[in-house]
Amino acid sequence: MMQAIYDRLKDRFQLGALDVRSRKGLAFVDLRREFLRPVLTELRDVEGFTHLILLTAVDWIEDERFQLTYLLNNRQKNLDLGLRLRLDRNLAIGETIHDLWPTAATYQRELREMFGIAFPGSPRVDEEFILEGWTDMPPYRRDFDTLAYSQQTHADREGRETSDPREFMKQILYPKD
Amino acid sequence: MKHMDPNFRKDTKTEFPQREELKPRKVTTPDGQVIDIEPLQDYFCQEPPKVHQKSYFKIVEDFYNWCRAESLWILAFGTGCGAIEMRPLMTPRFDAYRYGIQWRATPRQANLLMISGYLSVKTLKRAIRTYEQMQGPKYVVGLGSCTINGGMYWDSYNTIKKLEEYLPVDLYIAGCMPRPEALLAGFMELKKKIKAGNAEGANKYAEKFDWYKANQKAVIKDWDMPDYNW
Repeated sequence: MMQAIYDRLKDRFQLGALDVRSRKGLAFVDLRREFLRPVLTELRDVEGFTHLILLTAVDWIEDERFQLTYLLNNRQKNLDLGLRLRLDRNLAIGETIHDLWPTAATYQRELREMFGIAFPGSPRVDEEFILEGWTDMPPYRRDFDTLAYSQQTHADREGRETSDPREFMKQILYPKD
Repeated sequence: MKHMDPNFRKDTKTEFPQREELKPRKVTTPDGQVIDIEPLQDYFCQEPPKVHQKSYFKIVEDFYNWCRAESLWILAFGTGCGAIEMRPLMTPRFDAYRYGIQWRATPRQANLLMISGYLSVKTLKRAIRTYEQMQGPKYVVGLGSCTINGGMYWDSYNTIKKLEEYLPVDLYIAGCMPRPEALLAGFMELKKKIKAGNAEGANKYAEKFDWYKANQKAVIKDWDMPDYNW
């Protein structure tokens, strides 16, 4: 069923290969940026993917890319389709889809704060979402080192020990080695 | 162990701009008068806290302390997962009410603030505000390893590690999370401390007020309240 939908859309929107994961009815597709809005509109209005489950981002720091994942659900046919879109990491500007799904505005606000991806035109996107008075770089970016930040901000209590679980169990189980 | 980037430096230069509604401004009243408004001065009292003097006679002070210890009223303000341990404490299974301990809805009615678990910087602001609104003599108890040394949030960018740098903690109860029995033992310990006259957190806060404020402002960048709100 997913294959039939994919075949109908593949040539018109130059979709990437269909990537079926873990279970039937869940698939991912790579997408080119200029086709994002036409594909989403088509899926929502014609193919019955009426529900935006989530919009999230992955930081591919090695490739200098952010990956946006739009996960859609077709409730009638019990299908989930993820659309993957890659953005340039240094010029992270996404396209807002709050007029297609109003809930997307909240996701975009979160991505703006946690990843620093801009969504021009999205309502209230520049307001604080979870963080309050945050002045450093967006904390979900992978070059933000949360351990280093924590140690430079909050002092450790003296006497705190950490031990590597592997070394610790090795000492207990095989003390002679 | 966890990898840490040795070159990472936290941004210490950027300051968070003051909120628009807190800036001094001119306002036209309904009858046409133009008046100056300075929200942090006008809406709040700027008086710092004062040290509460002990009674002149020791026997009177001991009587006061006995009274204080026998009516610990806890503010129902749960900051983390530890708040869930309060519900069995209130209800007949553990029944903390038999020790004169009860839960109150507002800071004005309470004299014991339980920091029940991890404190994010955002919640810390509310906790400070709540603590300062409580009437003295007041006590703070930190629950669980999160308030002691960060616990499982030891590498979190947004969670404080040592509670006593921000609020005067009278007692810590260790555990992750401490069971209701541990909390009851902690309350008994706190009672002993109060009866001995050693639970002087509120006075310590008043004495070292500048130190506490400096610590608080170091982590709370968006300081949108007066220095002492009571």
